[in-house]
Amino acid sequence: MRVAVRFFASLKDVTGCAGLELALPASADFDDLCQALARQLAPAALTAIRAANVRVARNQSLEEPPFPLADGDEVAFLPPVTGG
Amino acid sequence: MTIAIDIRVQEADFSQADEYQALRARQGGAMGAVTAFVGLVRDQGVAGAVTSLVLEHYPGMTERSIEAIVRQAEARWPILDVVVIHRVGTLAATAQIVFVQVASGHRAAAFAACEFIMDYLKTDAVFWKREAGAAGAHWIEATGDDRARVEAWSDACQAGEPQPGCPNAPRA
Repeated sequence: MRVAVRFFASLKDVTGCAGLELALPASADFDDLCQALARQLAPAALTAIRAANVRVARNQSLEEPPFPLADGDEVAFLPPVTGG
Repeated sequence: MTIAIDIRVQEADFSQADEYQALRARQGGAMGAVTAFVGLVRDQGVAGAVTSLVLEHYPGMTERSIEAIVRQAEARWPILDVVVIHRVGTLAATAQIVFVQVASGHRAAAFAACEFIMDYLKTDAVFWKREAGAAGAHWIEATGDDRARVEAWSDACQAGEPQPGCPNAPRA
């Protein structure tokens, strides 16, 4: 399956990209996605996106990892928000 | 009662006067109170002089995060009409950044809901701010004061006393 990954704000800086596309096995879950990211990102970037204050959204809804994935999913890594 | 909710995330500037006139035109005689808040880009930040802010958002999720905040306010106060405009992109110091306008029958709900929505925009709305100035650029994080303000809204209701703004409050 194909999964789109998106990074925002400081995580875009540390990963050097706004996102990427991953090809994962059909039964892959969030942990498999992280293992795939570990092969593509620098160790510091991987640490940053898995920091305790980084929230994860699946298809624009916050989810608590680990969660299953489906073909076409979009997984976003969100650093602490600062609106207003 | 169905309330009017208008949420806009945009690069363009906004006019408080135009929003107020449009509200007057669309709402009838049940409206007895209107409050509005405008946030501006300060020229001083924690790291010194600020020349600009860059606001990033997650199109779709950001709008829904604002609507969730407005729906919480709707559940707590008898409000009639809410407009939230939040700008994104690069904003110079002194620029307008955010607008919240709330209309209700009486002033207490309009005051409280406007403050509630603005407090939660700081902590729950999906935006990120990067401040640029003489000292370079850095991403801003929510302050302890921002978090304390939303916790106060939550604590006020968990205390168990029916009071204005709590879901268990008697409706006027």
